[in-house]
Amino acid sequence: MDASLMTSTTAGIVSRATELFEDLSFATARAWKAAEPGRKVVGYMPIYVPRELIHAAGMLPLGIVGGGDQLEVIHGDAYYQSYICRIPRSTIELGVSGRLDFVDGMLFPSICDVIRNLSGMWKMMFPNVYARYFDVPQNYRDDIGGNYYVNELSELRHDLGTLRGKPITDDELRHSIVVYNENRRLVRELYDFRAEKPWQAPAAEVYLVLRAGLVLPVEDHSAMLRDYIAAAKAEERPRRDNCRIVLTGAFCEQPPLNLIKSLELSGCYVVDDDLLLVTRWLIGEVATDGDPLRNLASAFLHQSESTAAKYEPDLKEKGQHLVRAVKRSGAEGVIFAAPSFCDPALLDRPMLQHVLKDAGIPFIAFKYAENSGQMQPIREQAGTFADSIKLWSGA
Amino acid sequence: MTVIVTPKKAAAKEVAKDASMKKQKEMMAAHYDRLTNAPQTGEKVAATFVPGNLNELMLCFGLVNNLPEVNAIQNGLRRTSGAFVLEAEKIGHSEDVCTYVKSDIGMMAKGNLAPNGKKFPNPDVLLLSYTGCFTFMKWFELLREQYKCETIMLHTPYMGDGKITQNMIDYMVKQLKEEVIPTLERISGVKFDIDRLREHLRKSAKAEDDLVRVLQSAKAKPSPIDAYFGGIYYIGPIFGAFRGTDDAIEYYKFLRAEVEERLANGLGPVTPDGDMGKEKYRLVVEGPPNYTSFRQFWKMFYDEGAVVVASSYTKVGGVYDFGFRHDPDKPLETLAEYCLGVYTNRSLPMRIDMLANYINEYEADGLLINSIKSCNSFSAGQLLIMREVEKRTGKPAAFVESDLVDPRYFSAANIKNRLESYFQMIEQKRASARAAA
Repeated sequence: MDASLMTSTTAGIVSRATELFEDLSFATARAWKAAEPGRKVVGYMPIYVPRELIHAAGMLPLGIVGGGDQLEVIHGDAYYQSYICRIPRSTIELGVSGRLDFVDGMLFPSICDVIRNLSGMWKMMFPNVYARYFDVPQNYRDDIGGNYYVNELSELRHDLGTLRGKPITDDELRHSIVVYNENRRLVRELYDFRAEKPWQAPAAEVYLVLRAGLVLPVEDHSAMLRDYIAAAKAEERPRRDNCRIVLTGAFCEQPPLNLIKSLELSGCYVVDDDLLLVTRWLIGEVATDGDPLRNLASAFLHQSESTAAKYEPDLKEKGQHLVRAVKRSGAEGVIFAAPSFCDPALLDRPMLQHVLKDAGIPFIAFKYAENSGQMQPIREQAGTFADSIKLWSGA
Repeated sequence: MTVIVTPKKAAAKEVAKDASMKKQKEMMAAHYDRLTNAPQTGEKVAATFVPGNLNELMLCFGLVNNLPEVNAIQNGLRRTSGAFVLEAEKIGHSEDVCTYVKSDIGMMAKGNLAPNGKKFPNPDVLLLSYTGCFTFMKWFELLREQYKCETIMLHTPYMGDGKITQNMIDYMVKQLKEEVIPTLERISGVKFDIDRLREHLRKSAKAEDDLVRVLQSAKAKPSPIDAYFGGIYYIGPIFGAFRGTDDAIEYYKFLRAEVEERLANGLGPVTPDGDMGKEKYRLVVEGPPNYTSFRQFWKMFYDEGAVVVASSYTKVGGVYDFGFRHDPDKPLETLAEYCLGVYTNRSLPMRIDMLANYINEYEADGLLINSIKSCNSFSAGQLLIMREVEKRTGKPAAFVESDLVDPRYFSAANIKNRLESYFQMIEQKRASARAAA
């Protein structure tokens, strides 16, 4: 493809994003590291880490969300029983097969017991790699959870400074916050555009463009987002008679790309989702003046997404984020898609379903694994759901 | 006409029990009566969890404690949990998630009856003080949805780096001071008295001393106790509603005397079939037991002369054998340290250290892991634990799988086969060691 088309057409941009998605050896991140001596790469798992701190240390934050459906898991299965989800085993596979041998650090956020325990496994299996369980508060008062979180951020900042051999300054952090604010603004713009015209920005394309942000430097990813939004707005695409749905439950182990494509093929435009939440975990701008760690903490406490891994202190608020997402995006229904054996998603699901039922929002639910191959049952289920919405909803 | 003659059922054999077990049974029965009579007596009820329970604090407010895991265990032992799990799945809970949760939800849907046959009262408060397990958080969100009562969260950070930091303690103490205690005051109508808390903590420490002595008696050969199957009885009062009470002090004093007598007489543990025969194998066990076939599972061990000398499960409601005791001189900090230190809140490398040390200190023949299908907190990483402990100790390890309270996941024949092979492996190791010597 002509080089200019790679950045000016959706096909070109998506082609580049697909290459990044399919590259299980992380060639781009390796190339970034090799380009200058002393560069370091820090991996992180779902759902959220403050990537600003890694960026401020001059390092590349690298999102690791398992191996997907193209990775043959040979060693990873020897570490996990059959009743444990797939993401830790394929992540172990990435590690033991040497695909992450250029990664200098790994962060394991507080999401569930499996990822939590994986942090300890990583310490045992890769003793020369900096590995940290990254805890976040479940108390949302500034003077309680906020103070705790600021201190946790300080520890991480200290560790990353040590890893690069020079402390991270406040100005470096403020600059990184600005850069990530812009990236999040663009992601929100893309999501708003898709909600408005989902036929112009198919879910699989949006996913791939977002996913590229896990491996690219944030500045490059922001450029890709700008290009994609511009190209998607410029190209006229046929509009199908699809219903509009919110996809939820897929915040950790990722569904196969085919699953996302299948939903649209079977008649469901995805107008909002919780895929790759790290790209828009913080809602709105993080303040750039004053204490940068305090600002990140405040954004986490008061302006962050709701998801199953977070405690909801207010019963009346439980599940309302989903109702709001439906209203905001003009969705007609919700599809619960959770990875098999995913405790947070599956334990949360009945509560969310009750809230949707009370709000009169239709829903369906199924499970998947990152390597699910058989899409026919999902297509049938989603197709029937789309038909039922088209035929009977609001009639 | 064909007449089917059913053979007469043999009279049920009486289960052998220590005097301490009988005493505990009475304590538990009294507690369930107090709990189910709460609507009549006017006592306030707090539901809370075993790991990270703040019993001393709850006693300060006169709250009666209801522990949903213990209810699930009771239902497992009574074999009613299977129907409850199915009921929960019928109303939309996934087959993949924790069966304690589903047993609890199913029990509520089926009348919410306590072991004494009376209805559990609705809790006045859900004290979401939990440690070492994310599922607990979801569990109480689910209960809150049903009971619509006040819920207090006490978040315990995870010991990911193998240490308790000042930041963790400060965070927890502040939650206790500014959220947990004021809310409990409001709900109970009782003003917080720190000296009362100190008194309960002092009592806890006393009982903890005796519990440690009991568990460590298993270092003797033969071990006078089984520290897993028997151990589950021993931890009952202190992990449940009695820590910090005179009842607990009295129970553990009594238990200690009983065990010391067995020790002095060179006796092994008491099993449901009476005194165990000759001790042939000494094991360390990681992971919770299966409760729906608890006695059958235990029998597979004692029939072969296998005794469990140390287990991680008996540390899930508190790790006391490395010196931690509730400390009345720093009442809130000590509650934080207690919560932070429980077994499942320890990092994987810490768990490996503990298990490897147990094998050495208790002179065990090896490690057995009972991996629980629906408990990721314990299970994720156990295969690495197994390999690492084997590597460090040179002792063989084995792996069996079952579930907490879901009878569908207990395959007696598979487990028995595995155990028999494991015991043969230990014999072979011993033979090779003798040959090498």
